[in-house]
Amino acid sequence: MDGGGLRLNMNVLDYGILALYFVTVLGVGFAARRAIRTSVDFFLSGRSLPAWVTGLAFVSANLGALEIIGMAANGAQYGAMTLHYYWIGAVPAMVFLGIVMMPFYYGSKVRSVPEYLRLRFNRPTHLLNALSFAVAQVLIAGVNLYALALIMQALLGWPLWVAIVVGALIVLAYITVGGLSGAIYNEVLQFFVIVAGLLPITILGLVKVGGVAGLMDAVRDSKLGEAGLHTWQDTGTTANPLGAHWIGIVFGLGFVLSFGYWTTNFAEVQRALSAKNMSAARRTPIIAAYPKLLIPVVTVIPGLVALVTVQGLGAESGDLVYNNAIPLLMRDLLPNGVLGVAVTGLVASFMAGMAANVSGFNTVFTYDIWQSYIRRDRPDEYYIRIGRWATVAGVLIGIGTAFIAAGFSNIMNYIQALFSLFNAPLFATFIIGMFWKRMTAAAGFLSLLLGTLAALATYLLYKGGVVHFNSDLEESFWGAGIAFVTVAVVAAIVTPFTRPRRDEELRGLVYGTGGIDLKGDVLTGDAVWWRSPVVLGVIVLTLSLLLYVPFF
Amino acid sequence: MAMDNLDPHGHDHMVAATEEARRRSAAARLFDIRRVIGGLFTAYGAIVTLVGIFDGAAAVEKAEGVRINLWAGLGMLVFGVLMLLWQWRNPAEPPESQEHERS
Repeated sequence: MDGGGLRLNMNVLDYGILALYFVTVLGVGFAARRAIRTSVDFFLSGRSLPAWVTGLAFVSANLGALEIIGMAANGAQYGAMTLHYYWIGAVPAMVFLGIVMMPFYYGSKVRSVPEYLRLRFNRPTHLLNALSFAVAQVLIAGVNLYALALIMQALLGWPLWVAIVVGALIVLAYITVGGLSGAIYNEVLQFFVIVAGLLPITILGLVKVGGVAGLMDAVRDSKLGEAGLHTWQDTGTTANPLGAHWIGIVFGLGFVLSFGYWTTNFAEVQRALSAKNMSAARRTPIIAAYPKLLIPVVTVIPGLVALVTVQGLGAESGDLVYNNAIPLLMRDLLPNGVLGVAVTGLVASFMAGMAANVSGFNTVFTYDIWQSYIRRDRPDEYYIRIGRWATVAGVLIGIGTAFIAAGFSNIMNYIQALFSLFNAPLFATFIIGMFWKRMTAAAGFLSLLLGTLAALATYLLYKGGVVHFNSDLEESFWGAGIAFVTVAVVAAIVTPFTRPRRDEELRGLVYGTGGIDLKGDVLTGDAVWWRSPVVLGVIVLTLSLLLYVPFF
Repeated sequence: MAMDNLDPHGHDHMVAATEEARRRSAAARLFDIRRVIGGLFTAYGAIVTLVGIFDGAAAVEKAEGVRINLWAGLGMLVFGVLMLLWQWRNPAEPPESQEHERS
C-alpha cells in the first residue's frame, strides 16, 4: 500500500462500527421528521427539549475539528497553557450566558441571536450581523469538512473528495430531513461516541508513559520543559510557551474572545433556545460547562503523550505536524475494535461541528434574511421549505469553502482569527446594549461596524507585517480586545447625539426595563436546588478554579 | 430607525407568528434519544467485548499489555444498558402536561 505513515490498519469490524454509526445518525434524522409540523419545530425543535439534551448538544456543537485535533495540537505545542481554553476561556462565559444573558434571549422569544439585535437596535444592525454570521458559518463548516476529509484521507486512505462528499451528504441528509431536532439529537449521541472513542487513547497513552507522574517527568525532559506543566507561571512576561501575557489571557481570551464565542454565537445559543422552558434554557450552557471542564482529559493529555512518545513531533510539514498528535497515537496504540470506535469518534466530532454551523446557518438565513428582507408574511410551512433549501445551499457552499482552509498550517489559528473578527465586536455591542438602555440604535449599528473593522484591520496589519505580535494566538487576543474597546468608545460617543428608544420598546430586551418572567413557565421539579442555574453555575466556577491549582 | 415591525404591545409580529405556530407544534411526537444512545452503545459494547475476548497476543501487546477491547467493550455495554434502564424506569413526560404542571 502507498499512503503516508499515518494509515491505520482498519479491518472489516472497524468499518462495521463506523457504518453502524452512519446508519444510526441517518436513522435519527429520519425519525425526527415526524416531529416537524411548524417552522419552530424545524428551526428550534418546537422549544421542547429537556436541559440535559440541550446542554450536551451545546458542548457537542463546539466539539468539532476545533477541539479534538486543534486542542491536542495545542497541548503538544504549548503544554498545560492550553487548559486556558477550557477553564478561563470557556466556563465563566458559559455560566454568564446561563445566568445573566439567557433571560433576555429566551424571555424575549427571539428566534436567533441576530433577531435580538433587530428588536434591540434596528434593521441595519440586524442585517449586518445576520450576513456576517451566515458567511462565518459556511466558512467554518468548510473548515470542519476539510479537516474531516484530511483525516479520512490520512487514516483510511479515502480520496479527499470522497471524504468531503460522504461527510457533507450525511450531515445534509439528517438536518434537511430532521431539522434542529435531528442535529441536536445527533449531537448528544456524538458527544458520547467522541468520549468513548477518545478515552482509550488517553488511558493507553498514560499506561505507556507510566501514569500521570511519568507523563509529568517526561514533559519536563521534552522541549517544552517545566513550562509545559504550568498555566500561569511566567505570564508576567511573554516568555512562556504560549507567548501570552496574563493580561492577554484574562481579558483577551478569558473575557472578550470567550464571551464573544460562547454568548453570542448563534450556533451555540440556538441549542439553549430549543429548551422547553426558561429554567432549562438557563441551565443549558451551565450543564455544558461540566463536561467542558474535563474534555482536556481526551485532548490535552493525548497531546502531551504524543509530544513525549512520538519522535520528531512538531515538524513544519509531513506526518509529524502537531495536528497529527491524536491520529499518531491511534496508529501506535489502538488494536482493532477500539480503533473502529476511535475513528468513529473522530468522524462524529467533525460532523457535530459542521452540523452546528449548518443548523445555525439555515435558521439565520430563513428567519433573519429571507423572512425579514425578502419574503415576509408567507405561511409558516413556506419557511420550513426555505430552511430545507438553505441547508442544501449551506452544505454545498461549505464544500466549496473546505478548500480555503487548505492554506493554513494550524486550522485552530485560522478559526480563532475568524472568531475574533466576528464575535468580539458582537459581544461588546450585546453586552453594552443589554445593560445600558440609553444606547441608541444608531450607536448599535456604528459600534458593531467599526468594531468589526478594527478587528479586521488589526488582523490585516499583523498579517502584512506592519504590527508585530509574538504568535497568531496573541494577535487574536489583542485583536479581540481592540475591537471591544472600539465598540465601547463608539457607543459612548454616538449615543449622546442620537435619540434613544422608549423604555416600553425595550421591555424584555434590556436590563432594568422589566418584562422578564423567570418563573412563569416553571415545571414541577425545577425548583429543587440542584436545578438552580445560580447554584450549578457557582459550583462549576469553583471547580474550574480548583482544577487550576495543580497546574499553576 | 423605524419600529415598523413592532405592534403596540412591543412584540414583533414575526416572533409572535412563530410563537403562534408553536401551538401546532408536533414536538410531542419526538422520540426519546436515550433509546438510541442506549441501543448503539449496547451494540458497540457487545461487539467490542467479543473482540476483546478473542484478542490475540499482538493486539494486547500493541495496547501496552492492556486488554483494552475487553475493558472498553464492557464499559460501553454497561453505559448502554444504563441508558436503556433510565429511559425505561423514567420515561419522558409528554409536553402536553406542561399546562397542568405550573407551580
